[in-house]
Amino acid sequence: MAPVFEYAPAPESRAVVDIAPSYGLFIDGEFTEAADGKVFKTVSPSTEEVLSEVAEAGEADVDRAVRAARKAFEKWSALPGAERAKYLFRIARIIQERSRELAVLETLDNGKPIRETRDADLPLVAAHFFYYAGWADKLDHAGYGADPRPLGVAGQVIPWNFPLLMLAWKIAPALATGNTVVLKPAETTPLSALFFADICRQAGLPKGVVNIITGDGRAGAALTAHPDVNKVAFTGSTAVGKEIARTVAGTRKKLTLELGGKGANIVFDDAPIDQAVEGIVSGIFFNQGQVCCAGSRLLVQESIHDELLDSLKRRLSTLRLGDPLDKNTDIGAINSAEQLARITALADQGEAEGAERWSPACELPSTGYWFAPTLFTNVTQAHTVARDEIFGPVLSVLTFRTPDEAVAKANNTPYGLSAGIWTEKGSRILAVANKLRAGVIWSNTFNKFDPTSPFGGYKESGFGREGGRHGLEAYLDV
Amino acid sequence: MSDRLSVLKTYKLYVGGKFPRSESGRVYEVTDAKGKWLANAPLSSRKDARDAVVAARKAFGGWSGATAYNRGQILYRIAEMLEGRRDQYVAEVADAEGLSKSKAAAQVDAAIDRWVWYAGWTDKIAQVTGGGNPVAGPFFNLSSPEPTGVVAVLAPQESSFLGLVSVVAPVIATGNTAVVVASERSPLPALSLGEVLATSDLPGGVVNILSGRTAELATPLAAHQDVNAIDLAGADETLAKELEIAAADNLKRVLRPQPVDGADWSATPGTDRMTAFLETKTVWHPTGSLGASGSSY
Repeated sequence: MAPVFEYAPAPESRAVVDIAPSYGLFIDGEFTEAADGKVFKTVSPSTEEVLSEVAEAGEADVDRAVRAARKAFEKWSALPGAERAKYLFRIARIIQERSRELAVLETLDNGKPIRETRDADLPLVAAHFFYYAGWADKLDHAGYGADPRPLGVAGQVIPWNFPLLMLAWKIAPALATGNTVVLKPAETTPLSALFFADICRQAGLPKGVVNIITGDGRAGAALTAHPDVNKVAFTGSTAVGKEIARTVAGTRKKLTLELGGKGANIVFDDAPIDQAVEGIVSGIFFNQGQVCCAGSRLLVQESIHDELLDSLKRRLSTLRLGDPLDKNTDIGAINSAEQLARITALADQGEAEGAERWSPACELPSTGYWFAPTLFTNVTQAHTVARDEIFGPVLSVLTFRTPDEAVAKANNTPYGLSAGIWTEKGSRILAVANKLRAGVIWSNTFNKFDPTSPFGGYKESGFGREGGRHGLEAYLDV
Repeated sequence: MSDRLSVLKTYKLYVGGKFPRSESGRVYEVTDAKGKWLANAPLSSRKDARDAVVAARKAFGGWSGATAYNRGQILYRIAEMLEGRRDQYVAEVADAEGLSKSKAAAQVDAAIDRWVWYAGWTDKIAQVTGGGNPVAGPFFNLSSPEPTGVVAVLAPQESSFLGLVSVVAPVIATGNTAVVVASERSPLPALSLGEVLATSDLPGGVVNILSGRTAELATPLAAHQDVNAIDLAGADETLAKELEIAAADNLKRVLRPQPVDGADWSATPGTDRMTAFLETKTVWHPTGSLGASGSSY
């Protein structure tokens, strides 16, 4: 049946963003070329159009950036907290002022829908800077002693799924506590970090306090291994996280890791079905499922399995996939050809192993990297799709009969980042939440974030927390 | 008066609430500071280490699920038992570390007082490290600390009792279970601690004590996939690095040794040794707030 009303296209304008044909590294307050002149291209995942050419940092550039940060550290850490706070407040305000521009830029470079960059990413980015701005002159009240000291130079490596938000999570607490930073954004999404460099310039931030080096994993490895880095913060895959943990072994570098997940979203038979369906959708299809805390394993109580799946499939059929700049779009492009290939391979493996695959009727654009929202049913715990992090819009559905079984299945993973609980019974929420081995538990909601709320994992999802008072610890000598 | 011949004690491991010999059947000579033979201590094997992990894992659910008040009661009772055996520990510490009786007594007193200090933390750490988060939305948002799981503890080499207590008490006060590798040269006070733990209502398996070669036991513990964290207090720099690399395999929480040799165990500790082995769990729930206007009351 054709819908009664069609959506009219509602494209956001690209004209609000002025992307230069090329960008350098941002070191000591200046944009500079890489020492060996190397560059790489960044493309828009929805159109495969080349957006810009960006300098590729080598070891010499990493060293130069760390030295700039070291030089800046002396003055920056000696600044009264109230002064550092005002710089952060300035940055937060400029982000708010330029949020439309940054949202469009992020959507172009990352492929995620403008609805999400505009309504989720950018407001949270500004909120993080506001939140940690307020800590800068109150650190002696944070519970880490009367005079908590910064660590020095922070080397930070962030992923491509929330480029600007992850930058905010890393830079805001680092600066508030008096550290200086060298940040490496992901290879496929370098642009918003470079625009952030311009925001630092507008805010009058002292040179060298924030340095941005673009490049691939080699630049990240050089940064985390640099002997003059005091603190390493990484968000990304568990495999790389383990490698970094080995790299910093035997040094005095402080390390925090925010790694992968395979979140369980548990729906009990008394849950409000329609709300649960919305939570399941946002749990796994938010940002095309490219979320470390995605609810990628749906655990449904057996008695409501069929009813819930019917509702879920009906809801998925209404999701709109396409131009990320269209304000009506729910599902945007996958971030890169490489990531698309990985998702495709894992989904194919799920099918080959005997899980039942379903996607709504969904036309994929002919250019760009796209993957239809996908459900797997008849999944057991042994299936690859129930064990491996897919980092894409792929949901595996398992069933359970008792709360104990739900907990056992939810915990049956080396990861421990997030989980969801859907039930009307309060005592059950608290009982199950107590038993789940995960750092963030959403009950009757999912994928909510806030700068005041600590975020981070148990087990192989990493260690340390970002956000809240807890997030300060990672950048203080405690 | 003829001298009475004393009854020697066979020192044994403490694993799963029982006192086994090493499954390897090996022992090694423990001497005092002047080289005089004191006892044969079990020379634990890798298998003993693995058995201890199994016992610690089995005990984790019950211990971490006990109320904080209950854990406090049990830790406090351990201090009571230690006080009753004070003279024994003073003698053992004096022998082990070559201290005068009064210096050994000071060590033991400090250790007992430290145990009491940690006993008091069991029902306070959650309030100090957790709490409500004022998120910008209609959600109840609460962070609370939870024990990370099974912690392998390499006890300090030099401070055979105060150092030992300083690293074991914080681990179990917060609800973790522990596999402890005693000081290699001076394991006897640690093995005697097992006897106190066994008679203090502490569930079997919460603390497991091994004696032997630190390097030999630490390697399988650092690589063990069912160990969640490791305290490297008793490792030297080279061993610590090696263990830290092994610990990366399942992303164990690692507490590195003090940067300078001979950490000062007599200084008042902060909360660091507790928070090192705590996770923060944050739970969100909608509040069903009635919109911006709210109630007029």
